[in-house]
Amino acid sequence: MATPKKEIPRVGVFVCHCGINIGGVVKVSEVVEFAKTIPDVAYAEANLYTCSSEGISKIKEAIKKYNLNRVVVASCTPRTHEPLFRNACEEAGLNKYLFEMANIRDQCSWAHMHEPEKATTKAKDLVKMAVAKARLLEPQDEPEIDVTPSALVIGGGISGMTAALSMANQGFNVNIVEREPELGGMLAKLHMLCPNFEDASKALSSIVDAVKSNQKINVLTSSEVEDVKGFIGNFDVTVKKDDKPLKLNQGTIVVATGAENFEPINMYGYKSNENVLTQMQLEKLLKTGDLRKPDKVVMIQCVGAREEKGRQYCSRICCGVAIKNALIIKDLYPETELFIIFRDLQTYGQEYEACYTEAREKGVHFIKYTSSNPPEVSSNSEGKLTIKTYDAFLKEMVELESDLVVLSTPLIPQKDAEKLSKILKVPLGSDGFFFEAHVKLRPIDFATDGIFVCGSAHSPKDISESISQALGVASRAAIPMANKHVRADAITSIINEDLCSGCGTCVRICPYGAIQKNEIGIAQVTSVVCKGCGTCAASCPEKAITMRHFTDDQITAQALAALEG
Amino acid sequence: MADSVLVIGGGIAGIQASLDLASRGMNVYLVDENPSIGGRMAQLDKTFPTMDCSICILAPKMIECSRHPNIKLLTYSEVQEVKGSAGNFEVKILKKPRYVDEEKCTGCGTCAQSCPVEVPNEFDMNIGIRKAIHIPFLQAVPLKYLIDEENCLKCRLCERVCGAKAVNFDQKPETINLNVGSIIIASGFELFDSTKKSEYGYGRYRDVLTSMEFERMLSASGPTGGNLVRLADGKVPNTIVFIQCIGSRSSKDLPYCSSVCCMYATKEAILIKEHHPESEVYIFYIDLRAFGKGFQEFINRARDEYKIKYIEGHPSRIVEDPKTKNLQVHYEDVVEGDIKNIVADLVVLCPALIPRKGNEKLSKIMNVQLDELGFFKAKDSLLNPIDTNIPGIFICGYCQSPKDIPDSVAQASGAAARAAETIIQATQRGKR
Repeated sequence: MATPKKEIPRVGVFVCHCGINIGGVVKVSEVVEFAKTIPDVAYAEANLYTCSSEGISKIKEAIKKYNLNRVVVASCTPRTHEPLFRNACEEAGLNKYLFEMANIRDQCSWAHMHEPEKATTKAKDLVKMAVAKARLLEPQDEPEIDVTPSALVIGGGISGMTAALSMANQGFNVNIVEREPELGGMLAKLHMLCPNFEDASKALSSIVDAVKSNQKINVLTSSEVEDVKGFIGNFDVTVKKDDKPLKLNQGTIVVATGAENFEPINMYGYKSNENVLTQMQLEKLLKTGDLRKPDKVVMIQCVGAREEKGRQYCSRICCGVAIKNALIIKDLYPETELFIIFRDLQTYGQEYEACYTEAREKGVHFIKYTSSNPPEVSSNSEGKLTIKTYDAFLKEMVELESDLVVLSTPLIPQKDAEKLSKILKVPLGSDGFFFEAHVKLRPIDFATDGIFVCGSAHSPKDISESISQALGVASRAAIPMANKHVRADAITSIINEDLCSGCGTCVRICPYGAIQKNEIGIAQVTSVVCKGCGTCAASCPEKAITMRHFTDDQITAQALAALEG
Repeated sequence: MADSVLVIGGGIAGIQASLDLASRGMNVYLVDENPSIGGRMAQLDKTFPTMDCSICILAPKMIECSRHPNIKLLTYSEVQEVKGSAGNFEVKILKKPRYVDEEKCTGCGTCAQSCPVEVPNEFDMNIGIRKAIHIPFLQAVPLKYLIDEENCLKCRLCERVCGAKAVNFDQKPETINLNVGSIIIASGFELFDSTKKSEYGYGRYRDVLTSMEFERMLSASGPTGGNLVRLADGKVPNTIVFIQCIGSRSSKDLPYCSSVCCMYATKEAILIKEHHPESEVYIFYIDLRAFGKGFQEFINRARDEYKIKYIEGHPSRIVEDPKTKNLQVHYEDVVEGDIKNIVADLVVLCPALIPRKGNEKLSKIMNVQLDELGFFKAKDSLLNPIDTNIPGIFICGYCQSPKDIPDSVAQASGAAARAAETIIQATQRGKR
């Protein structure tokens, strides 16, 4: 970046009444008069609402009329209003980073509404601080990055295929990387689907056909992602296919790697008795038609889930799966007695609850146990199984004999989720599933731009929820690809190479993987990856890192202005 | 324009769908029958399991909608008519009169200060009051006042004090014609009428509240300024009881599970403990449903760290002591098998969340099917949860089936993807 030529600051200050929000407490006219006395302030005025269209045009007029080169608005919060005022500056021909905001509402009039005198004094201080920083502001650029209109989808299950199809239908090229020889993921192993008993093979073949016949989708089976470099718009991806490396340039990446089933080794006689199965093994028997008629089947819920310590989470789908499989067995063998031993039945929403009602009506027995009294399974020499469990309704121990015990085990993170999280530099949560940018409002984005997550890679979910998320990702990833470019943040860190000792602290500490050492061991920032968090600047022992727009000089000037009194 | 999308409902689902589409360069008309966008999420105090302040994380998105050059907000407006098909729908919108010129109003609030009429504030679930000229809440988008015609005395004080000359009693309903390529329905939910469960005395006893009323009471910008008080006598409640499944999971009322109540009750219970650590909080439940990401961990914290007491069972009735206004909650202790009661200062009912009444009208206007409960029916609830029976019309959020905020947000983005596919493919057909 060229060194900006030094100019004499001419700061314009706009103090907002915010109706009665500020004006009802702070003496706005006093603040304006005070602002006029601050060095380098060329103009100051009060507005009833600086953010109204009238207020915005006044800023623009004043910039031109008084030849202002810095603007300070003293009003509400930059969280909501900074973009508006920055745009006003830009529209008047001023670089939008030559703007500074003083929050005299949330941090002043609201906080001190019963002390108007002191609030007015504080408002003046806040304005003085903002001006002190504004005088030292420099113009900044937001570099534009081209985006390759092509997406990499990691995982060829229902989530990955759904996301790929939607993106292809929106006109983007998609590469699906699937490590198995065939597409399908978990769906390929299922018999009928929750909660409406659709045939999994039929559902699978229709989407696999659609994916394979789509010209925009390239399917890479028996393949794994080996390495990813670069950033949004330009990810350099190395895929290993049949032991050969394959290079791809991708604009966005979708993680749809799914989950695996927990194997309940040493629990309830699993593995030591062949009649103790997991739901997944039962699913296989049902799919192949190999389930011989049992007289009695006992299903146990929360096997390895909702633990006090360890795997605390609820796997969401297991109650629905157990009820579905119980109903299928009831259909096949109406005389078979079925028991589901559960803790809290997670049949949320409409359809699962309806299945639960149907199961009770069809005579499936539900026994509630408590975590302090888990069931015990034992077998005699002929392999006959005995289940002892506490029945929380009868408030006593009950004993059941059964031909078959089916364990409902949770979905757990893929074994190599951690490896992939390191390749992509995206986080995992404490439960081991991929961790989204914001639990509430950015459930399928990662904090890293251009990378997204859907399906059970994010947390256990059923087919319908996975499809919803996959389509969601197809929208999120399409945004940069449809725009063909993104604007990178202007507020990034700069390394002073003369001061850098190459200690590598910043490289280790950067949460976005934006800093690497160059060939001579000096730190280098990839600006488009940098989010401007400032962690590196704060931790650099040599003070070799400067944050644009938050330089030491600017912040010191602000602090000194506050202390001047 | 046929490359535009109509989004019906300005809650978090409608907002997310609109922002996704607008960010990729498509034009969006976001219609809300309320005077502000924000929906239910704007009414919440905090959100589970992260305890984010709801309006604080929502408001920036609301503002982004209002500032986005590709989004046209049509608040206080209703869809009247829809004709045509995917790629080319003709839509008629009725914009109700606010009696305040949106172009001129600065939202300063002088008018409301002068207004002599005080009526219950529906945004605060009628606990607090508002004026006849009002904004629904402080962070309303657009921040434009409106006059509630029903309660206005026509004294015209507001007209006199308005510096911007924005008050206009001659405003008339306006019909707006739009041409859009696709439609997304995100009409949200409403609450089951808790007076139907007369055994709990809602409507008779002042301190038997619904969870939404309680949510407003918890909110710092709510009618009590975030202070927990009994409405009967203004005292701070010490023992608070939550009852789950009011009208839901019931063969008499609604058969389904509303999916969010166990979690938000836990959140509200934690908030009580944060306000008043010495208080006693009980949650009555049938099955504790904590099936989402981080939910069970949240329940564990509520139980172990905050000492919230979960009791399995459904109380049989509540009786108010006419003198003390205390509430006797009768229940069967299923563990010990005894009939017991808890004397509560305040009871919070967690009612079923039900499809909006307006869904029926929308369904007729657009020929979009509803299920037997009144939720919008997906083409295939399993494999096609966002499409409807009408190509080009999509659904997302609670109006499709019970779901929480993140699931609504993800599905809303999904609806945006399907709408975009529709428009892109219609455009390609047009070119051929």
